[in-house]
Amino acid sequence: MELRFTPEEEAFRADVKAFLADNLSAEVARKGRNSEGLTKQDMEDWHAALNARGWLAVTWPKEHGGPGWTAVERHIFEEECALAYAPRIVPFGLNMLGPVLLKFGNDAQRSEILPRILDGSDWWCQGYSEPGAGSDLASLKTRAVRDGDEYVINGQKTWTTLGQHANKIFCLVRTSTEGKPQEGISFVLVDMDTPGVELRPIKLLDGGHEVNEVFFTDVRVPVSNLVGEENKGWTIAKYLLTHERTNIAGVGTSTRDLEKLKSLSQQLVRGGRPLSQDPLFAAEMLEVEIDLEAMRVMNLAMLSAAKEGAAPGLQSSMLKIKGTVIRQRIQSLIKTALGAAATPFPAHELPDNARSVPEDAAGATAAYFNNRKLSIFGGSNEIQRNIIAKDMFRS
Amino acid sequence: MDFKLTEDRQMLSDTLRRYLADQYTFDFRNSVIDTAPYHSTEKWAELAGLGLIGAFVTEEKGGFGGAGFDLTCVFEEVGRGLCVEPLLGAMMSVRATAECGAEDLVEAQIGGAQRLVLAVFEPEGEALDLIRTTATKSGDAWVLNGRKSVVYGLPGADGVLVAAKTDAGLGLFLTKDAETLDYAMIDGGGAGEVILDNTTATCLSEDATAIIEAALDAGRLALCAEAVGVMQVLTDMTVDYLKQRKQFGRPIASFQALQHRTVDMAIEIEQCRAITILAASKLETAEAGKYVAMAKNLIGRTANLIAEEAIQLHGGIGMTWEYPGSHYAKRLSMIDHQLGDRYAQLYRLMAA
Repeated sequence: MELRFTPEEEAFRADVKAFLADNLSAEVARKGRNSEGLTKQDMEDWHAALNARGWLAVTWPKEHGGPGWTAVERHIFEEECALAYAPRIVPFGLNMLGPVLLKFGNDAQRSEILPRILDGSDWWCQGYSEPGAGSDLASLKTRAVRDGDEYVINGQKTWTTLGQHANKIFCLVRTSTEGKPQEGISFVLVDMDTPGVELRPIKLLDGGHEVNEVFFTDVRVPVSNLVGEENKGWTIAKYLLTHERTNIAGVGTSTRDLEKLKSLSQQLVRGGRPLSQDPLFAAEMLEVEIDLEAMRVMNLAMLSAAKEGAAPGLQSSMLKIKGTVIRQRIQSLIKTALGAAATPFPAHELPDNARSVPEDAAGATAAYFNNRKLSIFGGSNEIQRNIIAKDMFRS
Repeated sequence: MDFKLTEDRQMLSDTLRRYLADQYTFDFRNSVIDTAPYHSTEKWAELAGLGLIGAFVTEEKGGFGGAGFDLTCVFEEVGRGLCVEPLLGAMMSVRATAECGAEDLVEAQIGGAQRLVLAVFEPEGEALDLIRTTATKSGDAWVLNGRKSVVYGLPGADGVLVAAKTDAGLGLFLTKDAETLDYAMIDGGGAGEVILDNTTATCLSEDATAIIEAALDAGRLALCAEAVGVMQVLTDMTVDYLKQRKQFGRPIASFQALQHRTVDMAIEIEQCRAITILAASKLETAEAGKYVAMAKNLIGRTANLIAEEAIQLHGGIGMTWEYPGSHYAKRLSMIDHQLGDRYAQLYRLMAA
């Protein structure tokens, strides 16, 4: 039993901290701290800085431009980025399509697409969910019909995150209605500027524009845009979802948010004393801190096993559930801490003298509502429970 | 990072698991819990013979273990085996006497010649600053006055280590002359009240606050590990039962409402296992109190959840004395009551 990181890993952490100190702009970190949205330029600049250091494609092997990190190093990197309020790496090209092409793509696709993901020439988005296919993803209906050297695509995708910035989309489409639903799905790449592709924003309950609907009307794409084999897309979809679950526990983000909560509880006065001295509130803060400490070690145990080559099994589903519940709980306590002052909206546009809470708490209520998504996306927490139950109850 | 047990600890853990599975069956356990001393003196001697007490003490103090992970690997098996032998009191006692430098006593306990118990808390509550029992020097001897409540393992013990107020602070005293009132515990094993009325005692330390706190934290850590062992067995039993039990023409394990509740039990066990590892890793540091309190709080919350869910998911059978699961559930639920419950641990953390 040894819970500490190795001296090499601690040295790596110091490198990451130094990189963040030198490269993360104060303005972007401020936006992160205050829960303000980032511009496309903010995200592209951050990607460029990471790429210059060779740290952008964290899940790719070295020969394709990845840093060749262990699972533990990746965790350290993600933790330090979160603590510094660095932007999250936009995952769709880098952590989803990239690994898929490395495993299922052909040489032409790899040599054409991977460099353009790295240098930011392309911004990819994900065409998975449909209005009628969420948790039951295999029931998707968007059709791709072969016509000579082209597929003709008709249908609709939804919850397309940051699709408004994207020039490319990877899609799961139905190429066959024979057999089980899983057997007729293909993985296809589409240019967003192809005639017949139309993107419409979905405004979320926090007022933000983060996700979109994408409509496909007689969209023609070359057959060479197929990744892997026709009708074998479900295997790819599942592979991609395991990559979507990296850094699933969000330990760094929760640690950072808990620090904000503790600091707010000392600054905000309720009933004539700092909120931190209210035993009821202090008890709730402590319990979520304890839950987070436990999950931190549970996460380390998984990383330690992964470093020795074990495939992340049920623990990644457990961490997804626990990690999202803890993050949401902290966000909820931050919102509670603000009391009546949680109300003004949109908080970032208020003049300073109209605000009665610290600057970094102004966006906390909207962030709380936004983060209800955590237990819904990436395989809802109920789907994760199904995955665990399938293993627990197998006969 | 490394989450594997050392070879020595793995061997100790395997030996104890085998011993309890063979020698400490559920029927045997239930045959000893009704009559004083509410455990088996014969099995107690055998457990001491396996070297369990020595595993609680460091080499420099005469044992061959003593680290946080030595305690957790023993007590997790105690939990798995639902063993009612008075190991908790013995472990705290041998560590406290070792810290007081009482080498002869340590040797006698490790060898199994003497079984001691630690008597700290009183009817007023479970905090050292609520202790009223006094120790007064009279000539060469000391006399104790006061009362100790719910002393684990008291029935049949060879001596009682008493925490009592002295001019120097809180001292630790050994007495073999105290009046005791023994009883069985609802979840197995024995405990009792110690009545101190000008009772003569030997002083081990006149200022033992830190020693007593450390022994209690070791006890809390042991309870956490025991709980993890109990939880694991209880959840496995629940899964097995759901797979076997049929209603509406199919195994009730096929119902999602029950599956998800069982999954939540499994996730919480992983959390408990993790925080117990964390607390064990801190036992020899200045932060022991903080991390043990965190662990005991989470264990207390989860113990009640899992005990109650396991009974509910079993339905009527989980209510019966005959079914082992109900006894695991009882033990688990009562762990929250020992050495300070989940609230007491939060107050400790808030005061820090």
